[in-house]
Amino acid sequence: MYRIRHHPTDALLIGYATGALPEAFDLVVATHISMCDDCRAKLAAYEALGGAVLDEAEGVALSDDCLAATLRLISDSPSEPAPSAAPRPRRRGIFPAPLADYVGGGEEAVKWRPAGMGVRQAILPTAKDARVRLLSIPPGAAIPDHGHRGLELTLVLKGAFRDDGVIYRPGDVEVADETTEHTPVAEPGETCICLAATDARLKFSGLLPRLAQPFVGI
Amino acid sequence: MLTATHSFEETDASAVVSSALWQADAQPLLRRVAVSDAGTGEAKWIEAVERIRTRRDQEAFVALFRHFAPRVKAYLMKSGAGETLAEECTQEVMATLWQKAHLFDPARASVATWVFTIARNRRIDALRRQRRPEPEDLPWGPEPEPDQAEALALQQESDRLGAALARLPEKQRELVERAFYGDLSHTEIAAETGLPLGTIKSRIRLALERLRQEMK
Repeated sequence: MYRIRHHPTDALLIGYATGALPEAFDLVVATHISMCDDCRAKLAAYEALGGAVLDEAEGVALSDDCLAATLRLISDSPSEPAPSAAPRPRRRGIFPAPLADYVGGGEEAVKWRPAGMGVRQAILPTAKDARVRLLSIPPGAAIPDHGHRGLELTLVLKGAFRDDGVIYRPGDVEVADETTEHTPVAEPGETCICLAATDARLKFSGLLPRLAQPFVGI
Repeated sequence: MLTATHSFEETDASAVVSSALWQADAQPLLRRVAVSDAGTGEAKWIEAVERIRTRRDQEAFVALFRHFAPRVKAYLMKSGAGETLAEECTQEVMATLWQKAHLFDPARASVATWVFTIARNRRIDALRRQRRPEPEDLPWGPEPEPDQAEALALQQESDRLGAALARLPEKQRELVERAFYGDLSHTEIAAETGLPLGTIKSRIRLALERLRQEMK
């Protein structure tokens, strides 16, 4: 099996752990983690830091009724999870669970639209501060510029693309920002399917220099 | 994060594990580091969650509540929630601990980490009004007989991490805290904190490898 070589930066994993990223980036990171045990372990370490921060923090006073209200919440709900509780999303073909959940199924469920030069795309519904789309690129075709303004994450799900001499294969993430001159081209042989998130909000790009510099490297 | 279902009946295995945790707590080999006043020790919280899971033990819940609820509320308020919303979300987060006690696995996360992830997800939902895509579940999670060695090792690392965080220079610790309160936009990120995160990462990485082997 192919060993993933290109990962989200520590800054992105920290952003995902703290809950600071736009939903579109969360989806790319969660999908990558579903394919990559190294990043899953890193995320667990950053979340452990979140736990330590919470544990070391000073608390604030609760209302007098807080505990009683919580116990009422508990007794008002069934003590065991209802069997009808929403099932956890499952992997569908080449789509790991979080992506399959946003698409509403596997590859066959994608509502592709033509994007020129044989490329097809499908924008997935997320909060509007950033956008995430699936791209289907025929062999040899270039990935179109999709509003490259701030941070851009491109995760390969199928096939491969080459950018600046580097080949990205399933599970790999290319992290680019406005300073990166790049033209990803699908490798010959197979249609390349990617999940690409772009920053749609100028405000967020102000964060990038700092986000690119993680406070803890592991 | 986990899907594995687990019986609510008290099992021999769980009783053995919880008593083993208490015994280990007293053993010198565990070399428990001094934790700050805030941290009363991970073993106690693991035991409390275990008692909620197996016995629906209200006393154990109240102990968890007294420690974590004021901290969860502080976390939510520092992240921008008003008093009323923070109070309401704190109650929901704490109720979730009761309802999802069967999903907690001490070999994968400390109790504080588990509480943090629940509070963080509630914050994203309530304050940022966006969904939180979660990584695919792995078919691990509370095994019939949780790996005691793994749970103890992680418990030790968690205590070490807490102690290291408490020892950080004030300014650096504040930066880390602010990042976790979702305040990245006003944070100058310190380059290197020297916190012992690598050991936790390696430990979880090994557990994942073991799991992948078992799944083959």
